[in-house]
Amino acid sequence: MRDETRMLLESMGRLFEDHCTKAVADAAEAGTFPTALWQAVSDSGVPLGGVIDSGVEWSDLYAVLRIAGRYGAPVPLAETILAGWLASSAGFSVDEQAMTVGPVRAGETLRLERDGNGWRLFGRASRLPWGRDAGRIALIATDPDGRSMVVFGDGVEGARLSTGESNMAGEPRDTYEFGGLGLSGNEVAPAAPGIDQAALYRRGALARAMMMAGAMERALDTAVNYAQERKQFGRPISKFQAVQQNLAVMAGQVAAAGAAADAGVEALSIDDPAKQEFLVAIAKTRVGDAATLASEIAHQVHGAIGFTKDYSLQLSTRRLWSWRDEFGGESEWAAKVGAYVCAGGADALWPTLTDS
Amino acid sequence: MLQQAFRFDPVELPQAAQALRKEVRAFLDENRDSLGNRRDYDQAFSKKMAEHGWVGMTWPKQYGGHERTAFERYVVIEEMLAAGAPVGFHWTADRQSGPNILRYGTDEQKAHFLPRIVRGELSFCIGMSEPDSGSDLAGTRTRAVKVDGGFRINGSKLWTSNAHRADYMILFCKMADAGQDEVDRHAGATQFLVDLKNSPGIEIRPVINLLGEHHFNQLFLTDLFVPDSRLFGDIGNGWRQVSSELAFERSGPDRFLVLFKLLTEMVRVAGTNPDRATAAALGRLVAQLATLRRMSLSIAGMLQEGLQPLNEAAVTKDLGTRYEQDLPVIARQLFPAEPDLAAVDTYVSMLARGIGNAPRLSIQGGTREILRGIIARGLGLR
Repeated sequence: MRDETRMLLESMGRLFEDHCTKAVADAAEAGTFPTALWQAVSDSGVPLGGVIDSGVEWSDLYAVLRIAGRYGAPVPLAETILAGWLASSAGFSVDEQAMTVGPVRAGETLRLERDGNGWRLFGRASRLPWGRDAGRIALIATDPDGRSMVVFGDGVEGARLSTGESNMAGEPRDTYEFGGLGLSGNEVAPAAPGIDQAALYRRGALARAMMMAGAMERALDTAVNYAQERKQFGRPISKFQAVQQNLAVMAGQVAAAGAAADAGVEALSIDDPAKQEFLVAIAKTRVGDAATLASEIAHQVHGAIGFTKDYSLQLSTRRLWSWRDEFGGESEWAAKVGAYVCAGGADALWPTLTDS
Repeated sequence: MLQQAFRFDPVELPQAAQALRKEVRAFLDENRDSLGNRRDYDQAFSKKMAEHGWVGMTWPKQYGGHERTAFERYVVIEEMLAAGAPVGFHWTADRQSGPNILRYGTDEQKAHFLPRIVRGELSFCIGMSEPDSGSDLAGTRTRAVKVDGGFRINGSKLWTSNAHRADYMILFCKMADAGQDEVDRHAGATQFLVDLKNSPGIEIRPVINLLGEHHFNQLFLTDLFVPDSRLFGDIGNGWRQVSSELAFERSGPDRFLVLFKLLTEMVRVAGTNPDRATAAALGRLVAQLATLRRMSLSIAGMLQEGLQPLNEAAVTKDLGTRYEQDLPVIARQLFPAEPDLAAVDTYVSMLARGIGNAPRLSIQGGTREILRGIIARGLGLR
């Protein structure tokens, strides 16, 4: 690891450690955006790290997201990074406001129609993360010629259908319906070559994969500590082989998740979108599968206390249950992995796994 | 700040390793007739590999080795395994006996054994398990007594793969005078290099496995004499020496590529455009395999740095065997067939091999329970 990276990760770890208290998490879930946390995160410069030519490595940004996931930081860090990337790639300048990005679902597309010098936007973008807290929204849409266009502005407020939707972790997820929203020519610009909705989806899936890897590390740590403190039958439950074996299985899943997520991030350097998608799909699939088993065991080790709102384990596990299905769940991504290898044929399987 | 339990640092295969891959594939193409058979032990094939410098690849040139990187070796062995190449003759020596001789052997032992292994002339097997000592090596009953000019050894070894054809065995036993040490259960553990072909006092009996194959053996050692020059490492240091072999034994691609051919055949049966559920089931398996390979490569990187990643090796083997044992289960769900080892249809015969071999995977090289115990210790639970 580069010294620069190590220093960044250490300082971000301290920042999240200081700010991401259970009180902050509970307040965020009750609807109070953690302004102090976001200010501190903003000051780090990480949210704008996705801006083209920011000089920040994507691997570093994703490594920070892993730490953010570890601490369950209730802020749109991944979304702001992605929105900054998308908007700046189309020539928009971005500031340090919290942003969201979309569409975040594979099946949803937004459509642009010409209207004089401006545009009209049609379509639905469901469950955009932190929509209500975002100062800006970066959307990707298709123009009548089939080109990928970036919509970036603050005039979409009226399009929000409702507030109050959230994921299982209580993170805001807001749906927008565009029934011909009028946009000025300044709010729409062509996306840079290679940047389209699928590219956004891949980066979003990787963000959730890294955040899950972090959340699993936290859950493992919580479970190991709890097993050493909790006494039953006159000794810590960590001394029982059945508990040890469960935690060993969990640790294996957590390790696999970390390795898979890292591999996905490395795939961003691959130019071929199909190959990149294959590798990202492996990451999201493997991490999602690990999240299922890891959260199950973490709860089993904790017994009833882990099932309470007061205890902190749920801050990790409810995020895992949410994030594994955001930007596509395991079955969606696994089908892409399978389709890719099957299209190549059986004899190409081994070369596909090794030629990179 | 929270710490990660285990380290799996990202590694990238160096260009030289990927270039070597092409060379290995060309070699495999030329030797296609030797591949994919149930015969996995073939000295002629090992000698051909040796001629290419693919045995003892990482060892010092001084001992005939080729001083290649751990990554280059990794590429060679994974290509061989994926192709179903018969690498059994040199496998154990190349993977763990040789590296351990390099680490603990005398100068004379290094000079004697290593060049012969590198040339594909000597085959090794592992003399650890016994009838009453499987996972718990400290319970070994085989005993060595110091006698004039060497040691006299009595006892029995079981599950000794390839003992009936190997030239040498690294024997694990205890010194007879070690007694019972309650604090150090491994006190007196000692290893020897035993010449299986030229030593009176060794009887080797086959133990046929449930597939009807002869890999296992039981060895009876009766007043076996081993000269001083074939004491391996230090008296009483056997446990440490054995432990250092295990990172090699547990982390390699042999822990998740045993049934690779079954996965390949599943992809073949699925066809180029499977339905979504079939694609997803195969995709999950491929995602596991790709991740295992990455973890295993990461360990190769640590071995290259001279580290002993025993916890990470345990994690990788446990995940690898779990994945391989799931392969036939999922194969049966996706593509039902009556398993038949002798079937002409490759999928059907590979399914039978998968089902029949699955049980051994989480036993050999450290049982699942032992590995998870090691992982738990790594987590600080024991």
